[in-house]
Amino acid sequence: MAHVHEQDANAGAEQRKVIWRTFWILLGITALEFAIAFTLNAGLLKTSIFVGMTIIKAFYIVGEFMHLKHEVKSLIWVLLIPCIFVVWLLIALISEGGSIFDLR
Amino acid sequence: MAATVQPNVKNVWLGGVEPMKASYGKLMMWFFLISDTFTFSALLVSYGLVRYSYPAYGGKVVDFVSSPAYWPIPEKVFDALPFLHGLHAPLIFVGIMTFILIFSSVTMVLAVEAGHRMDRPAVEKYMLWTLLGGATFLGCQAWEWTHFIHGTDEGTVIKELIDGSWVSNTIFGANLTQNQYGPPAFADFFFFITGFHGTHVFSGVILNYMIFYRTSTGFYDRRGSYEMVEKVGLYWHFVDLVWVFVFTFFYLV
Repeated sequence: MAHVHEQDANAGAEQRKVIWRTFWILLGITALEFAIAFTLNAGLLKTSIFVGMTIIKAFYIVGEFMHLKHEVKSLIWVLLIPCIFVVWLLIALISEGGSIFDLR
Repeated sequence: MAATVQPNVKNVWLGGVEPMKASYGKLMMWFFLISDTFTFSALLVSYGLVRYSYPAYGGKVVDFVSSPAYWPIPEKVFDALPFLHGLHAPLIFVGIMTFILIFSSVTMVLAVEAGHRMDRPAVEKYMLWTLLGGATFLGCQAWEWTHFIHGTDEGTVIKELIDGSWVSNTIFGANLTQNQYGPPAFADFFFFITGFHGTHVFSGVILNYMIFYRTSTGFYDRRGSYEMVEKVGLYWHFVDLVWVFVFTFFYLV
């Protein structure tokens, strides 16, 4: 494996830059979430902002850290399409919860 | 003619082809993670169902008092810090935990990147940082659970129907049937969701330790590939991903 050790030190430098940039983005969004948690009143707007920011964070974690963004398209869809059912179940059962609230 | 198998020819039906250009192990890890996504979703979705079936707290945040009659505001429940008894520090501790987990995810992906370069000392270094992050997170969670179970100094006065008559009782902390912070269901979901996540962190730390051990004994150098770091890395990032969702839906919304 001698040839491996002769690699120049710059190998993967670009990738490391992307990793650290992703880290700062994730940290920034989390800090922003904290700011919003204590400044905005509870309501649909606040919840939507939080859900949106969570999806952005999930995109960076799955896309960059888990490298899914750079996999083939078929693998991306195989993993994304089943998640549609989760979103459907979430919306369906939250509205169901609202109905239970109205009934009791 | 056609009956002879030609070596070195890649064909869909003759093997040697990786579906979706991902190795067997990585693909199976992805399929496991999607099934684990459903399990965590089931917990979070049922949390949504129960949360919206309870009345929300209507008054001002500053006037909030715990009561089993309505769903609590998380920033009023999770406001304690270790060694700083009595200080009101809303969501600070859980913010620190979030930072620790995100940071350990970064060191994990740096270990994966070092593995691509077959740089054994760097993989060892970053795996140690990742292990430290995971263990610290578990420690934080143990403290948070302890505080949640023991409760505050004041407790909450609740009325209970015992043997047909209403009795006032002061309760401290929470368990699966009683909860000083709000409806018992809130504590149940706290224990189940963060507990299930914590179990994942725990098994992740064990897997990370195995990877670290095999790296430092030169196992992956002899094998000629550090792909195992990548596979366990996928699991570790997933644990971080789940925490991002738990953080939003349990602590923020």
